[in-house]
Amino acid sequence: MLDFLNRFFGRETASSKNVAKERLRLVLVHDRANVSPELLSSLKNDLIKVISNYMEIDEKALEVSLDSNDQQVALVANIPVKRMKRTKSLA
Amino acid sequence: MGEVIVVTSGKGGVGKTTTTANLGTGLASHGKKVCLVDADIGLRNLDVVMGLENRIVFDIVDVTSGVCRTRQALIKDKRYESLHLLPAAQTKDKTAVNPDQMRELCEELKQEFDFVIIDCPAGIEQGFKNAIAGADKAIVVTTPEVSAVRDADRIIGLLEAADLREPKLIINRYRTKMVNRGDMMSIDDMNEILAIDLLGVVPEDEQVVVTTNKGETVVRDDKSQSGQAYRNITRRILGENVPLLNLEEPGGLLNALRKMIGMR
Ligand SMILES: Nc1ncnc2c1ncn2[C@@H]1O[C@H](COP(=O)(O)OP(=O)(O)OP(=O)(O)O)[C@@H](O)[C@H]1O
Ligand SMILES: [Mg+2]
Repeated sequence: MLDFLNRFFGRETASSKNVAKERLRLVLVHDRANVSPELLSSLKNDLIKVISNYMEIDEKALEVSLDSNDQQVALVANIPVKRMKRTKSLA
Repeated sequence: MGEVIVVTSGKGGVGKTTTTANLGTGLASHGKKVCLVDADIGLRNLDVVMGLENRIVFDIVDVTSGVCRTRQALIKDKRYESLHLLPAAQTKDKTAVNPDQMRELCEELKQEFDFVIIDCPAGIEQGFKNAIAGADKAIVVTTPEVSAVRDADRIIGLLEAADLREPKLIINRYRTKMVNRGDMMSIDDMNEILAIDLLGVVPEDEQVVVTTNKGETVVRDDKSQSGQAYRNITRRILGENVPLLNLEEPGGLLNALRKMIGMR
């Protein structure tokens, strides 16, 4: 309710707690990615599994990384496709 | 067989020692056999917070290095028969104990006590590794500030990596007034960011300092809000389902009205 009122009165962006939250959100994306390099490799393996259902990909050339500037963090994946699977009729 | 709970935070000064002392006292007041272990070697604190500083003969390093038996180093609390403290060594450093020794010590204490609560030093180095080595569960203490929450997040990652799954969160020094005007992160904000189970919220409260000054614990202070918060957390640890404390300013108009019509 208070959150709503704050937003209503346009305080949402001005309040220092929102600045704190936003800074934390960014810093934690970086921290968490650093703490676990395993995270990326485990993500990579999961990606391969899912995408292989749809196409044949070059697993060795697959690249996954977190790109960041001070505004945002993006997950960037470069996945070379070798061959598409024939689409089975979708039931 | 008891359980070993480590109280940790990453960042210093957020309330680990205060929390250890209060939860230990709280659990003992429920008749539990409790041993508090000060793992902050070189910066012994828990003894003064508990008001037991004059009774120390042996310390944790004396125990792990075989100078004395564990029993001999345990100090009995002033008020509760079932509450004991194993003090840290003050003149040694963190390397005077290793994780294997801590594991062994915890195993031994678990045989005798219902709860063994370990007060962890700040940081993520050897002292932290020692403190968590023998733990079955972890409590992460933080305050609603960017640096403390960031450190808490790091600690949660390290705890999980060390197989201490599902750590519980205590938010300390919560200031409802500041939260209400949008200048402090709220309970919801903290839950959203850290995404671990909330064990309790302790308000900023002068009584913490007042009681600590006297070597007493605020959990025994019936009138204070922080004492009530620690009593609630104690009961949650014992498995009771206790709703979160209402932290609205006790002097507020709304609360005065509520009290008048008997809603409190
Ligand atoms: N809820 C509270 N309200 C007011 N003061 C508090 C509260 N909690 C803790 N404090 C005060 O904050 C200071 C630091 O607390 P404490 O020693 O428990 O932190 P700590 O995490 O153990 O610190 P360290 O990392 O140095 O071991 C103490 O002076 C204590 O009295
Ligand atoms: Mg401390």
